Amino acid sequence: MKSNNIIIKTSLLFSLLFFAEVVNAQAGMTGGMSNWILIGLGILVLLILLFVGDSLLKLEAKSIGADEAGENYSILPNTGELFGSGVSVNAPAQKVHVLKQGHDINLEGKATDSTVHNVQARTFSIKPTDFIGLQPIPKVTVAVGETVKAGDVIFYDKKLPDIKFCSPVSGEVLEVKRGAKRSIAEIIILADIEQSYREYEPLNLNQASRDELKTFLAESGVWPMIKQRPYQILADLEATPRDIFISTFDTAPLAPDSNVIVKGREEAFQAGLDVLGKLTDGKVYLGIDAASNPSGAFTNALNVDKHYFKGKHPAGNVGVQIHHIKPINAGDVVWTLGVQEVISIGSLFTAGKFDAERVIVLAGAELEEPKYIRTKIGASIGNFLAENIVEVEDGEALSLRVLSGDVLTGSDIGSNGHLGFFDDQITVLQEGAYNEMFGWLLPLAPRPSVSRTFPGFLMPSLEYRADTNTHGEKRAFVVTGQYEKVLPMDIYVQHLMKSILVNDYERMEGLGLYELAEEDVAICEFVCTSKQPLQSILREGLDMMREQG
Amino acid sequence: MKPLLKFIKKIEPDKKKSPFLHTLFDGFFTFLYSPDSTTKGGVHIRDGMDLKRTMVMVVLAMQACYLLGTYNIGHQHFAAIGEHAGLFEGFHLKLAYGLIKLLPIFIVAHVVGLGIEFWYASKKGHAIEEGFLVTGALIPLIMPPDLPLWILAVSVAFAVIIGKEAFGGTGMNILNVALLCRVFVFFAYPTEISGDEVWIAGITKDENLGYMAENYDWLCGIADSIFGWFGWSQFGDGGALVVEGYTGATPLAIAAKDGWAEVTNKYSEANMIWGMIPGSIGETSKPLILLGAAILLITGIASWRVMLSMFIGAALVAMGMNAIAGFDTTSFLAVPWYAQFYMGSFFFAMAFMATDPVTAASTNTGKWIYGFMIGAVGMIVRVLNPAYPEGWMLAILFMNVFAPLIDHYVLEANIKKRLSRA
Repeated sequence: MKSNNIIIKTSLLFSLLFFAEVVNAQAGMTGGMSNWILIGLGILVLLILLFVGDSLLKLEAKSIGADEAGENYSILPNTGELFGSGVSVNAPAQKVHVLKQGHDINLEGKATDSTVHNVQARTFSIKPTDFIGLQPIPKVTVAVGETVKAGDVIFYDKKLPDIKFCSPVSGEVLEVKRGAKRSIAEIIILADIEQSYREYEPLNLNQASRDELKTFLAESGVWPMIKQRPYQILADLEATPRDIFISTFDTAPLAPDSNVIVKGREEAFQAGLDVLGKLTDGKVYLGIDAASNPSGAFTNALNVDKHYFKGKHPAGNVGVQIHHIKPINAGDVVWTLGVQEVISIGSLFTAGKFDAERVIVLAGAELEEPKYIRTKIGASIGNFLAENIVEVEDGEALSLRVLSGDVLTGSDIGSNGHLGFFDDQITVLQEGAYNEMFGWLLPLAPRPSVSRTFPGFLMPSLEYRADTNTHGEKRAFVVTGQYEKVLPMDIYVQHLMKSILVNDYERMEGLGLYELAEEDVAICEFVCTSKQPLQSILREGLDMMREQG
Repeated sequence: MKPLLKFIKKIEPDKKKSPFLHTLFDGFFTFLYSPDSTTKGGVHIRDGMDLKRTMVMVVLAMQACYLLGTYNIGHQHFAAIGEHAGLFEGFHLKLAYGLIKLLPIFIVAHVVGLGIEFWYASKKGHAIEEGFLVTGALIPLIMPPDLPLWILAVSVAFAVIIGKEAFGGTGMNILNVALLCRVFVFFAYPTEISGDEVWIAGITKDENLGYMAENYDWLCGIADSIFGWFGWSQFGDGGALVVEGYTGATPLAIAAKDGWAEVTNKYSEANMIWGMIPGSIGETSKPLILLGAAILLITGIASWRVMLSMFIGAALVAMGMNAIAGFDTTSFLAVPWYAQFYMGSFFFAMAFMATDPVTAASTNTGKWIYGFMIGAVGMIVRVLNPAYPEGWMLAILFMNVFAPLIDHYVLEANIKKRLSRA
């Protein structure tokens, strides 16, 4: 039926063009500028008539409600019909978003085998610095040497005493690490071999009120898994979000495949979605990858509004998805979660315990074997990397950087650090502290770039072995339009950054500060010719705005 | 490679004791080697592109214009005095003469411009920014070959100090620095660069004899002795009289006075297109400029939006002028719209001047408006304003001033849209 439609439409179009030629030939015109102009004008008038008629048709179809199903009622085939948008899902058109802007950084070291390995980590930690919006010195409720169960409270913020931060594992508190000005940097727990879990008063989801549910989530330690926008902060216990958004795929470089993550935990994922549905008067939105073959856990999820996205990074970022589904306006509060956070919340109800399980990916060109690992929040990564890391190459010791998270937004944790609270990826990367002769003119080694001054743009499937060299020095903003090319949002990033730098609050708000978090501008920071620190500028702006209230 | 790096690092001057020397060292060091800095916070890998590479791509795109421009200086000189009239006759003389005229201009522009840039960088204590790489390469191309060097030095100093450093350096300037340099010469020394009479290097006016070639200077003498060894033809003493009717008005000036037919009488269309006519050093050859434009577009350095909309703007206005010109073929209005593109320096302005990202509009919508307005205003200045025979320099500077306003309204529209959504 649909393909028939395309054939009819295309032949209509061609016959129109052909008609013009026939008229020309029969008139026996001998050429000359004026004749061509006349013919051109004739075609133009016809096209205008066609477009006007077509738009009227579409309007009519909309007003009588005929195009609800997303069927194209226009006489003209849309580009998707002509060339195929590459969207593999069968979904109504208004729920499929094809994003043109974006850039995939194609790095070496992807985990190709989807087997999930079990590797024991020795210690686990929770870092208060992973949560934005906390006081620098939270109240630690455990002492070094004390034993805790998985799900036992280990600290809370003095201003938000109801929101508890819990231990991901059972074991002995090994150390409370302090950072600058006696702030708490990390609480480290030595895990027991046999895990024991904290007991809960079970809550009946169907009968509990929203407040009871919130209190339960906050007390049980899963509340900090919810992030709130604007500002990308710890969710406010008092707030009722307009909507809740969940992105079920990650387009960042070397990111884990969500299908692997959710495998075997589909029930908990759905349970989590049901819990979240109780927390908002709006909807729970799922952003689903339209280009690959997403897991049934996502495509068959119930009680949610599913939207499909196709595009390069950052199409998988929840901020980009919110922008296209229902953007954040001044005064709105929305919550966002990742897939594993939803699973943790769901497990609280399906298994009745605080489930900190995380499937993470070890990736990077500097690994012998990139792979998936099943562990828990805050795991120490030393055991994972042991004997898997390439330390020496060509007889020279490599200087490496180990990241919790991806190369755009991750944090440097060293080779014995602990996984961040929200991270599901460990990336190993080479340091790049070297001088390169005429490196700016003739790059000798291939490097990732969006610029077509490098031959790499002719080989889109080429995988790069990137390093941390800045490839140039910081400069003033010079090149324009490059951020807009990689960020599929209607936001003028460079102008927003400038308004933050000059503390122009009105402009910041007007240009869409509320819609952004660091992860969204990370790709802009990567492509920036002037090597500007966009993520930290944005955070500065978000903090300033939050202080203003 | 490594020993050189070691040596260079050893001779690095102390930053506190001699800031100027250190800035100078830093400038040359980062030119020779890309820095070994690594990412701190934020993203952990960075795109291979930096400002140096961006700028040098623009300079590379101009190289074809440089080559032909150099040769054309010599070619026009000898054509004027009726010697070596064929294009490739006296090749070595024309090339040598072109270099003798061009190199001093190139060197003076860079010594003055970079000198000021280095001094400001050391005063402000930051690294030397690459803006002058492009400006310095553009300036010789848009100057007449016979411009006195002191005028060049003054105008470069004016453009860099008032046009750029006063606003805060690279990336902060409102006006295109290279054009500001030219407009300074244009208004301060109008007899040198009016764009009315053609510029041919080495021609002077004698009260009794009329136009004649100047005496060749000592550089030509050195070249002569070299050519002598090879038994090639030499410059000689100079003083040859200019061929009757050779010097005179530019195509644009003729078009303004007598219309298109007169222009084609004096200059062949092929010569106007290929650039074998007198003019500023690098702006005459349309195919080579378009080659540069193609490099900029393929590499994505320059904005295709500005180029395309500028072309559309100029074409539409020129067509409109054709329409209102009626049957008056002597009018400038009646010059065929497509001929407007190969007379004068439209393409050079389009490829290298209007696309400067700092002074152009910075939003995509703004770029469409900005380019279109340059095209339209430039064509109006060229055809309708009797005082200025060419319009692009003034049109671009004019729209440079308006670019922030255009951006302002584009951003306001974005803000309004966001508000209306709430």
